[in-house]
Amino acid sequence: MTEAFDILTNASLWAAVLRIATPLIFGVLGALLCERAGVLNLGIEGIMTMGAMAGWLAVYWGAGLWAGLLVAALAGLLLGLLHALLTVILGLSQHVSGLGITLFGSSLAYYLYRLWVQVGDLPPSIRPFQPLSIPGLSSLPFLGEAVFSQTAPTYLALALVAVAAWVLNRTPLGLALRMTGENPHAVEAQGLNPVMIRIGAVMAGSALMALGGAFLTMAAFNSFFPTMVQGRGWICIALVVFASWRPGKALLGALLFALFDAFQLRLQTTVSGVPYQLFLMAPYVLSILALILVARRARVPEALMQPYRRGER
Amino acid sequence: MRFERREDVSLPALFIAPFAAIAVTLVLCAGLIAMAGVNPLTAYAEMLKGAFGSRLSVTETLTRAVPLMLTGLAAAVAFRARLWNIGGEGQFYIGALVAAGLGHDLVSGLPVPLAIAVLMLASMAAGAALLVGPALMRLRFGIDEVVTTLLLNFIVLLFVGLMVEGPLKDPMAFGWPQSVPVASGLRLPDLVPRSRLHVGLILALVVAALVWLLQARTVFGARTRAAGLNPRAAAFAGVPLTATLVRVAALSGGLAALAGAVEVLGPTGYVTTTMSPGFGYAGIVVAMLAALHPMGVVAAAIFVATVFVGADAMSRATGVPSFIADVIMSVSFLTMLTALLFTTYRLRR
Repeated sequence: MTEAFDILTNASLWAAVLRIATPLIFGVLGALLCERAGVLNLGIEGIMTMGAMAGWLAVYWGAGLWAGLLVAALAGLLLGLLHALLTVILGLSQHVSGLGITLFGSSLAYYLYRLWVQVGDLPPSIRPFQPLSIPGLSSLPFLGEAVFSQTAPTYLALALVAVAAWVLNRTPLGLALRMTGENPHAVEAQGLNPVMIRIGAVMAGSALMALGGAFLTMAAFNSFFPTMVQGRGWICIALVVFASWRPGKALLGALLFALFDAFQLRLQTTVSGVPYQLFLMAPYVLSILALILVARRARVPEALMQPYRRGER
Repeated sequence: MRFERREDVSLPALFIAPFAAIAVTLVLCAGLIAMAGVNPLTAYAEMLKGAFGSRLSVTETLTRAVPLMLTGLAAAVAFRARLWNIGGEGQFYIGALVAAGLGHDLVSGLPVPLAIAVLMLASMAAGAALLVGPALMRLRFGIDEVVTTLLLNFIVLLFVGLMVEGPLKDPMAFGWPQSVPVASGLRLPDLVPRSRLHVGLILALVVAALVWLLQARTVFGARTRAAGLNPRAAAFAGVPLTATLVRVAALSGGLAALAGAVEVLGPTGYVTTTMSPGFGYAGIVVAMLAALHPMGVVAAAIFVATVFVGADAMSRATGVPSFIADVIMSVSFLTMLTALLFTTYRLRR
């Protein structure tokens, strides 16, 4: 018990929580945006992989870190456009095309990486985002280390939660987007175009997902390697349900999840005799448990996974 | 221009769809190969040569196709009932693990054919359980099985790692994390001498035929189709939806696990955490290219195996990264998905 207490009162744990949560926050916001407009985006895992590769590669080739993030977001936009073409324009199964996007995004990322980057004994690396030191705040005891010594993309993610909540709940655009996810026919009756709104939402959401992937190679770590997304995308899809499709709750879910993950990582090093795989399983088991926990009161957007074709019911 | 639903699924379109999809895929991927500074035609020729150029490569391609046929069937039977089983990879591994664990010494008292049958059935039972869980979670709580089966893949792979580094670790493997081997008497006999091709190929073909019969000639098959096409109408017509979906889940999970068992009893003999180059996920592509038809699965599995075995050889000969195989697979998945649309819809001005 004292071990657990020691871990929980250590500022480095809380710093790790924010770091682990960042890609999840980007991913879960992206997935949420798509789903609120009525499109399930299971391409997330591949889009994150592509974002991780594209952003990293841009920096490796000499671009600045922020330009790298932009490139990652652009790669996400393009894969999002492809998913939108398949699911919104052609009305194909969102499940199946999402999986296709994941297979395509990750395999293309691996292929291009191998094509353009010479990999020796060690994967080549870039100089990633460094922790910001904020005058005054970073030197605070405990909070300074835990909260105010993160890299810039972490603060960007936190800010985006507020932006997403505001846009969704307080602007006409957000209202139109949510309505498209609930009842696209009503949107049409208002003189708006549900098809365009869905395409836009999927593209924007996919760009966010890609930023989540880019955080992995450009801030959390400094090189790219295959399978590095490690199911984070699927965890985000579970977190959206856990968060009942609300940005604020999504942040909470991501933080809770990251807390658990950071805690088990530290427990791994202090508790001996337990196979490390059991600890590594925890995030995935936790995601499934979270789904079961909220399943009964989940309020799914009415029109989620229903293709919209004009004049067809 | 708009889409208009066809009154019936167009059979010619359904037959042409995979060929059109693959043709478009090869054209699209030619661009990627050209980016590597290699003539795409040379690359594709090298791939064909690598997959079929010699007796050895033909047997290697067919050996690779065996697990793909079984995971492809697993995906096809589930998708037909709109049960999105993406957990083929995990089910494959659990099947392999059960076969190796039990096959090492536990069934040694039995006559060989019986012992092999017991191993396969035990593996299938484990795989079935791994999918019935998510299926029930969807039926009871409405939890999307795509997410649960995907997450289970990660859990199972870690569990396999735990077992091959722990209770099932082979003490004779010089510290490599691999499981104890299957008793040598239980290994499936070779089909072609001096190759890795084993009688698992015959088994996979028989299973494909059985699944076809099951779907085309039995009440169960009719019910899965009905449940997939329109669950509400099916329930109204008296199809027991829950029971049907649970059975489909058991069959699908069992087939993917059988792939794992056959792989262990056939070419590998033991389990490692890297024994599958994504057989479970590739099975989904196989099922889609086959338009979910069991006999189509056989052909599609050979195609995907050709791409994988061929890409390895082509990569060695030309330097194009072998990940091109994964790209070809994923692009053909997306193009096939689009092509299938035209079997149920037609374009109208």
